[in-house]
Amino acid sequence: MSDSETAPERELTMSRAIVDAIASEMRANDDVFVMGEDVADYGGIFDSTEGLLEEFGREKIMDVPISETGFIGAAVGAAQVGMRPIAELMFADFFGVGMDQIYNQMAKNTYMSGSGVRVPMVLMTAVGGTYNDAAQHSQTLYGTFAHLPGMKVVVPSTAADAKGLMHAAIRDDDPVVYMFHKRLMGIGWMPAPDGPKTPVSDEDYTIEFGNADIKRRGDDVTVVTLGLHVHRALEAANDLDGEIDTEVIDLRTLVPLDTETVLESVRKTGRLVVVDEDYHSFGVSGEIVARAAEGGLDDLSAVRRVTMPDTPIPYARPLEQEVNPGADDIADAIRGVTE
Amino acid sequence: MYEWMVTARHYEERLQEEYLEGKQPAFDISAGPIPGELHLAAGQEAAAAGVCAHLRDSDTVTAPHRPHHVAIAKGVDLKRMTAEIFGRRTGLSKGKGGHMHLFDPAVNFAASGIIAEGCPPAVGAALASKKRGEDSVAVAYLGDGAISQGGFLESLNLASVHELPVLFVIEDNDWAISMPKERVSDVKNGAQRADGFGLPGVRVDHDDACAVYEAAAKAVGRARDGNGPTLLEVQVHRRMGHFMGDAEAYRPDADTERAKQRDSIERMERTLQNAGIDAIDEIRERSHARVEEAIEWAKEQPEPEPEEAYEDVFTNPPPGWHPDPEPTPAESAGGDD
Repeated sequence: MSDSETAPERELTMSRAIVDAIASEMRANDDVFVMGEDVADYGGIFDSTEGLLEEFGREKIMDVPISETGFIGAAVGAAQVGMRPIAELMFADFFGVGMDQIYNQMAKNTYMSGSGVRVPMVLMTAVGGTYNDAAQHSQTLYGTFAHLPGMKVVVPSTAADAKGLMHAAIRDDDPVVYMFHKRLMGIGWMPAPDGPKTPVSDEDYTIEFGNADIKRRGDDVTVVTLGLHVHRALEAANDLDGEIDTEVIDLRTLVPLDTETVLESVRKTGRLVVVDEDYHSFGVSGEIVARAAEGGLDDLSAVRRVTMPDTPIPYARPLEQEVNPGADDIADAIRGVTE
Repeated sequence: MYEWMVTARHYEERLQEEYLEGKQPAFDISAGPIPGELHLAAGQEAAAAGVCAHLRDSDTVTAPHRPHHVAIAKGVDLKRMTAEIFGRRTGLSKGKGGHMHLFDPAVNFAASGIIAEGCPPAVGAALASKKRGEDSVAVAYLGDGAISQGGFLESLNLASVHELPVLFVIEDNDWAISMPKERVSDVKNGAQRADGFGLPGVRVDHDDACAVYEAAAKAVGRARDGNGPTLLEVQVHRRMGHFMGDAEAYRPDADTERAKQRDSIERMERTLQNAGIDAIDEIRERSHARVEEAIEWAKEQPEPEPEEAYEDVFTNPPPGWHPDPEPTPAESAGGDD
């Protein structure tokens, strides 16, 4: 229709955008199916599969016993014979239970077979804290998954990105770890900040991996972040508006990582702040700083990292708020690199 | 046993009130005096009381993420446990653990938020007991949803081949969040899992604390006497959602109603009445008073200071190590020469 461009686009929560992409891919391809704990009747604890059971039935939206090694490994096996499974690891924190299947099978079989097998699957998982669920239910672990070669790693921050990245993830011939932040999903019992709910096109579209998105343009400081902290960084940047002109880069995918967009921005601003909800050491923040230094040391005048400290995530509210970086912490760091 | 059961039930009713207070009208999981998730065990008290009645402080119990009833029966400090659930500094874990992660080393009680992952540590406690020539035993609690998990199955095997003094207790409440039991496993009962590992598998088909007590007497006795592990399954009834806020849209109303009608506490009261014991009201009042005291005490406790978040990462922190390092002073890194 000719007026489609002017028609107001529907706004979706991030969870609805993810479901929209999965449903569309399932309609288009019989090889796509979902398996995980509480994905059918419950619709996913974080609504990542809400409503799919009604359309696709139990053969396609499979509830499985609590047995991560078993069902994630089964997804690997199904993928290797040509299907396109989406397995949900309910919380990223539970990765340890099934990690052999994740990083010794899913991630490595393509390489170890000399490309004899492909593993076109999506491992979808919920990440992040901010709701006082303590150390076994609040981690992001971006760095852990991105560190291990063989898996593409996706972290959307908005509904529009979530849909395009999920389409791309399902169509990708490699295993993709798709990490969504619970706080961004728009579920009833965990209010989302402003931002992740965006207009989302009815049409199918993909977002190519390895393309960071500049969510806000600025000339003074580059903030590189992902997931929930894109929104916290934008809040900090807006708070500093008129004082410091901040550019906010949303990485969107960790593997592949869009180093060039980071470098281009740093060349312009000369100041880098990396914000990561993952632990401080040996993670995403260190990686970004290292790449900025390798590719643009002469352009850098100041660097700061705003991260979770190297402590397990505590339960009590004042403790969790202390360790989980807020917009104020980000604003302080932005000011810090301009001093 | 009755006292533990009514204490646990009333305790959870009060926690529920406190939890919901700050989360209404719109349910926000991170609001209110009790933050985070809350998983209640109403309807499962008999499995805790009937087993823990045989245990001493020196015996180890590992509980899953629905731990309050077991903790109470094991003798965990109720005040400090409550303070922990409210996120206070004087809580069992200084506010770092919360309700899913209760640790009371004074009575060898620990909990884990990851399904079936309390089983291997219980095997380890039993192994230590055997190695040291002690007669203490270990008990690992798990739900019927956990019977397919590797940690549980591997623990059964390890305990069996080493004849360790450990008891695995499955609380069969028919549900693993939204998954009904019949879609979790093709064995009718979790106790049948024992068959593949050469240890006894026993099922108590109703949540009568006295029947649990009798079955546990044999199993704990067997372990204490050095005759190896037992898998004990107890039928319990989940009266509530998986967690507070779970609308249970997946669960038939009739099932919830049935669970509420089969009440282990009422059953226990009938047993006591039939035995001519008329201390029920007195026990109830005493339990309620204890619960109120614990909750009032906990609410008066201070919250931790934010910087306490950085303590306890290591028992023996490396010299100069800090979990939140000071940023390196920003200086011009290049371009000057």
